[in-house]
Amino acid sequence: MHIIESGNVAAATGVKLSRAEVIAAYPITPQTPLTEKLSELVDSGEMKAEYIPVESEHSALAVCIAASSSGSRAFTATSANGLLYMNEQIHWAAGARLPIVMCVVNRGIGAPWTVWNDHQDSISQRDTGWIQLYQCDHQQIIDTVIQAFLIAETVSIPVMVCYDGYLLSHTYMPFEIPGQSEIDKFLPKFKPAYFLDPKNPANLNTVTLPDVRPDVRGDLAPGYMEIRHNLHMDMRRTISVVEEVDRKYQKVTGRGGTPLVEKYECDDADFIAVCLGSLSYQLRDVVDMMRKEGIKAGVFGIRLYRPFPDQAIANALSRAKGVVVFEKALSYGNQGALFADIKSALYNSGNKPFVHNYILGLGGREIKTQDLFNSFMASCKDDGKIGDEPQWIGLKM
Amino acid sequence: MKKDTIKIRWHGRGGQGAITAAKIVANAAFVSGYSGVVMTPTFGTERRGAPVLTSLKISKNKIYDLSPIEEPDMIVVLDHLLLEEAGVTNGLKPGGTIILNTPKSPDDYHFNEMKVATADVTSIAVKAGLMQGIVNSGIIGAFAKASGLINLEILTKEIEQEFKDKRPKENAEAARLAYSITNIGGM
Repeated sequence: MHIIESGNVAAATGVKLSRAEVIAAYPITPQTPLTEKLSELVDSGEMKAEYIPVESEHSALAVCIAASSSGSRAFTATSANGLLYMNEQIHWAAGARLPIVMCVVNRGIGAPWTVWNDHQDSISQRDTGWIQLYQCDHQQIIDTVIQAFLIAETVSIPVMVCYDGYLLSHTYMPFEIPGQSEIDKFLPKFKPAYFLDPKNPANLNTVTLPDVRPDVRGDLAPGYMEIRHNLHMDMRRTISVVEEVDRKYQKVTGRGGTPLVEKYECDDADFIAVCLGSLSYQLRDVVDMMRKEGIKAGVFGIRLYRPFPDQAIANALSRAKGVVVFEKALSYGNQGALFADIKSALYNSGNKPFVHNYILGLGGREIKTQDLFNSFMASCKDDGKIGDEPQWIGLKM
Repeated sequence: MKKDTIKIRWHGRGGQGAITAAKIVANAAFVSGYSGVVMTPTFGTERRGAPVLTSLKISKNKIYDLSPIEEPDMIVVLDHLLLEEAGVTNGLKPGGTIILNTPKSPDDYHFNEMKVATADVTSIAVKAGLMQGIVNSGIIGAFAKASGLINLEILTKEIEQEFKDKRPKENAEAARLAYSITNIGGM
């Protein structure tokens, strides 16, 4: 069934179809109507879950950590400074290997206060050990929320489902809602290997010494470093798990096929734009404009940002002459985080295209299609002047 | 922006229901075979009475560009006094259409090379049995007549669906009445 609704309703519907059992959220700005919708669904009995309103985002994730540790499927959502307020618990959830799913509705970070879209909030959390998936439209939001629970529970790593504030969260567009029976087949009930159980008391995540040592049963137990190494290796393994989950979802709903990167006109492209989120769809129209001018341009959006699918990205760029990274975030004093990641993925590949970096849309600054066209064209025709420094689009002063 | 995309900008005041009106038209467009529909409310801090706007893009194909409408094909104005405030007709292309809720007639307006359509939606809505000031269902009738884009029957069905708990028949009737009295001026 198709409906026309906001991105937040798409996300909430995905959470409902996934039969999340515990939802904890803080309702004040920068929160979005996503959690309001969930509270309505729980209140009306359409969704059987425990909805726990809390006093802060830190507590929201703490509740999810407790719920997930005791074997429940847990969900929360936040944005911007709310996400940052969770930060300590974000690291904890990943270290504790809890398969929590959280929607991050991407907004700029204060100061100064802003509620509008950019990617600085989730990009600043890229090294926490969470999986990060970015969405381009409402269909991807609902489908990815559902898939995120299966990914998280398969690898015991939490997932952030990121989507653009306002541009997707508050915008209405059509999307299809999969049937509950299909999703029940796709996503079975959460059965954790270990969970807090009064009948079988245990300590979880106690102080762990620098070195390995025998545990209470006398078996050699991993130290902090082994535990962290396991997290990294499982993150790398997650790349193929994301692909497997996508294939399984495709069998059930017929949708999918682009779990890591979503390419448009890239096969014969000399110049390829790369970005996160809905911007890659806007760039499709730019690519069409450039092809009319005789420039072989293409674009791909990165769906899976952490773990970074470096091999898939290097392959997608294997014959490009130039790569242009458009970013709504910045590592201040250096360059865009994605720009650095792309260059790193290319370093050991055979092909060495030029790579340019454009910073745009911070705090919701309007991104005009014509400006994207002008910048992309300037990069294609560049004779070395643009260089490695990030270029800014849309500055007015 | 793609040429096959029809761009409609809705202007109202906070509380008038411009977003709901655009949402009804979005649903009706989708049902009528426009598979690309994107409706974007004003991004900001809306409050009752303040000017608000909503962008609606419709196309036979999926719409990839979410950027705000710069050059609308049509402007729908739920309160004609908004014309006195800055920006309502910004970007409207020559040959574009302005659809107004106003007691005046198209001849009272002088927009260069624009088509003006008028309907006194405020009083027609009261005749249809709605409370004074409910204009977001009636304006859809004026939109249907002036644009010719979507069948009135489909629109009134969507109106009844949207207002299923709030006088659905009266809201649909307001659109029908407004359709019948809409005056379309020349260029």
